[in-house]
Amino acid sequence: MSTTEETKTKSDTISKPAGFVEDFVRKPGKFPKVTHYCPGCGHGRVHKLIAEAMADLEIGDKTILISPVGCTVFAYYYFDCGNLQAAHGRAPAVATGVGRSNPGSITISYQGDGDLGAIGTAEIIHAANRGEDMTVIFVNNGIYGMTGGQMAPTTLEGQVTSTSPYGRDIRDAGHPMRMAEIIATLEAPVFVERVAVSDSKNIMKARKAIRKALQSQKDGHGFSFVEILSACPIGWKMKPTDAVKRVNDEMAKYFPIQNFKDKIAEHQPYPPRVTTPDNKKIIEVLGVNKDVRLFKKDQKFLDNFKDQNIKIAGFGGQGVLLAGTTIGYLGMETGLNVTWLPSYGPEMRGGTANCNVVLSNKEIGSPMVEHPSALIAMNGPSLEEFGPTVKKDGLIIINSSVVKEEYTKRNDVKKIYIPMNEIAESLGVMAAANMAAVTAFIAATKAFELNHLLELIKHNFKKKHLIEQNIAVINKSYQYVNDTYFK
Amino acid sequence: MEEATTPRVEISFDQCKGCELCVIECPKKCLFMSKKINQFGYLVAEYSGKDCTGCGICFYACPEPGTITVYKKIKNKV
Repeated sequence: MSTTEETKTKSDTISKPAGFVEDFVRKPGKFPKVTHYCPGCGHGRVHKLIAEAMADLEIGDKTILISPVGCTVFAYYYFDCGNLQAAHGRAPAVATGVGRSNPGSITISYQGDGDLGAIGTAEIIHAANRGEDMTVIFVNNGIYGMTGGQMAPTTLEGQVTSTSPYGRDIRDAGHPMRMAEIIATLEAPVFVERVAVSDSKNIMKARKAIRKALQSQKDGHGFSFVEILSACPIGWKMKPTDAVKRVNDEMAKYFPIQNFKDKIAEHQPYPPRVTTPDNKKIIEVLGVNKDVRLFKKDQKFLDNFKDQNIKIAGFGGQGVLLAGTTIGYLGMETGLNVTWLPSYGPEMRGGTANCNVVLSNKEIGSPMVEHPSALIAMNGPSLEEFGPTVKKDGLIIINSSVVKEEYTKRNDVKKIYIPMNEIAESLGVMAAANMAAVTAFIAATKAFELNHLLELIKHNFKKKHLIEQNIAVINKSYQYVNDTYFK
Repeated sequence: MEEATTPRVEISFDQCKGCELCVIECPKKCLFMSKKINQFGYLVAEYSGKDCTGCGICFYACPEPGTITVYKKIKNKV
């Protein structure tokens, strides 16, 4: 058979559109030719129209379909395109991310009425309002089909569902929401239409609307919205042939089948989006170039480094978190692997705060520090809480300005008492008690050199006028620890 | 290639879910529900064997992707 003959034969049949994968190999079970949908399900009809449009518009290779929560959660079994499955109602948010990070792609947010009209109302309205590059296929069957036919925001007044056994009462549940009309009031959407897959005439209208919406996205017009009234025979407890009749006789009375907005012709296509800057640029902006360190790489130092699991705790405002980042930066700038994990209440001052810092010359598994090798306790409650968790032969640094009594609960660890507040106050910077804490850690562990800390402060400190005083605090603290414990 | 010139419908016996939607949509009423039961236990739709015009309406009525194939009339026989 020649090629022309083959093409001819193909165009002379109407068969499974090329937008579907040949066999549904991603679908588990023994039947890779049929869908998982119930007999007479409207999704199947909608899928066919999308698959056909994707093939005819030749957009399959750049289409990413976002599956919702609902029966279409498994859409990736069927379509020959990219797919992501979003959390309930969040398909437009995911489609936003996908569309923005892949300019020129076609994103389809395929959602049901429970997904789009209830839990995802905020997402759809704002995505529409921003005119994101996406085509929303909103399949409205007036019910939560997948979970057993519960009432949805689009359930008709008086309709009996498993959660409205006496029929939907609008005084309790409100009126059924007309989503297409709501979306059409927004400025950005270029095309909003309600169609139905209820009979051949309406299916052809739906086919046209879907193609138009996808074409408009392809042409750069951004957001389109196609609401599709669809039957859920099982959820409605009806024969498929009666269910499609109900779409026309009951649903379409409340949800008019019509176009609400079509300004594609007068709309100027959006210019392509500027993507996020490349990695190089991000590294430059953040100043985190791994190859440029404050300190020269010292392989011997790295090889000999003993892992440090540090917990720094106190009350909010003592500079606990900054003490942690300072030690973290020391690790980063000398070439170690570092994690820093804070934990604090919502209040900026006065609550409890602590942070976990892990320093290692190997990869770090977890940023959590449950059994610290070093604890810096800036106040009494922190010492009481975390003192017992310190590893045997570990280190506890205690702020003796606040904790007046000796800590006797642990005798299997090294304890260093340093009056952090007094030292800081004596040099006129009350807020620098945290630097005294960091210094005490370095003096006691010798994990870093004092010079490293001084350099780092000069380089990293944001309040330049305080650098000198902080350096004075560091020097005095270092001397204090050395004189008291290492003489 | 004699039979290719006559429009006809092919309904996959093992892919039909028996929803009957093609039967009620067919303008020529040339599809019907048979008494045969397939692997799933559904009574399947069948083509009567005559009157098909190849319009394709049943194809779009069918919710399954590949159950129905419609062969249109080939005007210029190769």
